[in-house]
Amino acid sequence: MTKKLWAYLAAIVIAASAVVPVQAEADLKLPRERVTLVAPPFVHAHEQVAKSGPKIIEFKMMVVEKPIVIDEVGTTIPGFSYNGSIPGPLMVVHEGDYVEVNLVNPATNTMTHTIDFHAATGALGGAALMMVNPGEQAMLRWKATRAGVFLYHCAPGGSMTPLHVISGMSGAVMVLPREGLRDKSGKLLHYDRIYYIGENDFYVPRGDDGKFQSFTDASDYFPKTLELVRKLIPTHVVFEGKVGALTGKNALLAKVGETVLIVHSQANRDSRPHLIGGHGDYVWETGKFHNPPEKDLETWFIRGGSAGAALYTFRQPGIYVYLNHMLVEAVELGALAHFKVEGQWNDDLMKQVSPPGPIPPDGIPQAKAN
Amino acid sequence: MLTLKLKRIMKIGVFAASFGVASTSIVMSSSAQLDSFETVDIAPRAFAYRMAGDFSQAGRPVDAPLVSVARTSVLHIMKQQVTAAEYDRCVVEAKCMPRPSSESSGPNLPVVQTSWEDATAYASWLSRKTGERWRLPTDEEWVFAAGSRFHDDALLVAASRDPSVRWLARYEKESEQEALDQRPRPTGAFGTNEYGLLDLSGNIWEWTNTCFIRQSLDAVGKPAAASIANCGVRVVEGEHRTFVTDFIRDARGGGCAVGKPPSNLGFRLVREE
Repeated sequence: MTKKLWAYLAAIVIAASAVVPVQAEADLKLPRERVTLVAPPFVHAHEQVAKSGPKIIEFKMMVVEKPIVIDEVGTTIPGFSYNGSIPGPLMVVHEGDYVEVNLVNPATNTMTHTIDFHAATGALGGAALMMVNPGEQAMLRWKATRAGVFLYHCAPGGSMTPLHVISGMSGAVMVLPREGLRDKSGKLLHYDRIYYIGENDFYVPRGDDGKFQSFTDASDYFPKTLELVRKLIPTHVVFEGKVGALTGKNALLAKVGETVLIVHSQANRDSRPHLIGGHGDYVWETGKFHNPPEKDLETWFIRGGSAGAALYTFRQPGIYVYLNHMLVEAVELGALAHFKVEGQWNDDLMKQVSPPGPIPPDGIPQAKAN
Repeated sequence: MLTLKLKRIMKIGVFAASFGVASTSIVMSSSAQLDSFETVDIAPRAFAYRMAGDFSQAGRPVDAPLVSVARTSVLHIMKQQVTAAEYDRCVVEAKCMPRPSSESSGPNLPVVQTSWEDATAYASWLSRKTGERWRLPTDEEWVFAAGSRFHDDALLVAASRDPSVRWLARYEKESEQEALDQRPRPTGAFGTNEYGLLDLSGNIWEWTNTCFIRQSLDAVGKPAAASIANCGVRVVEGEHRTFVTDFIRDARGGGCAVGKPPSNLGFRLVREE
């Protein structure tokens, strides 16, 4: 981006702030709804099929600058986030709604932040109008004209854009069709649970001892991480900001027979979500709901800089691994979550005919009787 | 240094005397290059032993049998895990493989990132250096020495045709364990057990000589057929019991998508009479 363009954009910001009052004007005669966002992997309550006409949906997001631990050995980086969570919260609206976002950058922060909504039209996704310094806030309203899951991320300009994103500043918006999710033939697709998984890549310098260094100050971290960023090889690829954030006590829950919608975003790199032992029954790989979902996928592709959605009905109890099926990134770098699913085992779908044991002399295992 | 050691032994002596089951001895090596290896002598006793391996009843996985074992001889086992400095002496003499360079270590840190093969090579080297017979403990010996530090990982769920029952139970159990800081800590950081052994079931898991077995059991839990041993996989003991391929030095990657791997792989040895 040229300096000239930035000066132009800055002029717009200054001009805009001169004419727009702090409170949004009541120029739209639509009902309003204020939504309190919740931290991923969870998603705020919402209607799947809109029960009424378009609304103005109000969201408030705080920019949080706070050191975060990103792995099990305690590696710390100076995290930047929307509302204190990595990824930022999923915002759910319907097509035709207006999204009204109040972005607050507390005075205790150190840097300028903004937000680029991939679902919004104009002004760099709103980023040009939302550049807030510490101690400032701004409000933006944009119309949700396209249905799908879309990324949002910080974009303060220059190297600060990737640096803020690799420090945690990305999230997603889900714009549902007013008539809800549909399959190719128009049949309604309902979900019992929804989880939002944000995948992040981190680039942490190592010390002379070969171990990750820890940083709490962005002015120290940014020049060092930028060297690694330019080589494009992440040291961590994680879900929900940390290795193991969605395993063990934090494993995602479901029951046999329940349908789960999994929204997955990656602001930078490509990812290949796969559910070990399960499938994607209906997958919007590019995340846009007016394209018919693909059926019965084994692995789907999330293009860097986008979000996708997969619908799956669990049919078997047990532990499922949801991972980036670039297995090195999953197992070695952290992009792995667990689903813990309870319910009745279905012998028809799978049965252990002969447990591991010695190879019989004739080479033919004996099927065990029930 | 010697004074320090003696002080430590005095303390242990008092401790052991109060239990009346253990005493300590120092083995001074003939080589000035070698440290003394302090062993704890644990008197024979009967104890409950949870067997190690995969056990099944009528083709369904079950907890390993709990058997009563009556030991008849004294066990001489290293009071502490072999340290990085001790291990490095074997490396210098080219009898042990160098440790991966990514693991830094101080003189007082236990050696980690060792495979069963490394531990076995070290035991052979130490035996040659000292003229004594050193080896890894069997799993039964380790459990005997660990006493209250042994973690019984029996799931205590009824046998089921549903394979997810044990799977979920194990996952729950592993999820309950607190995530330990994986960085090795100086010898003694995880305290002493009732026999005076240091750092059992801390954040370093210990190799044993016991091979992984599969065993089918009859209706009353007795072996129904000969067990099948796989000695390419050995029992590893610590905060939980696990089975690790003998050439693996770092099991943290796991190799499995689900299941808690040991944080670090180290070892201590037993001395045969």
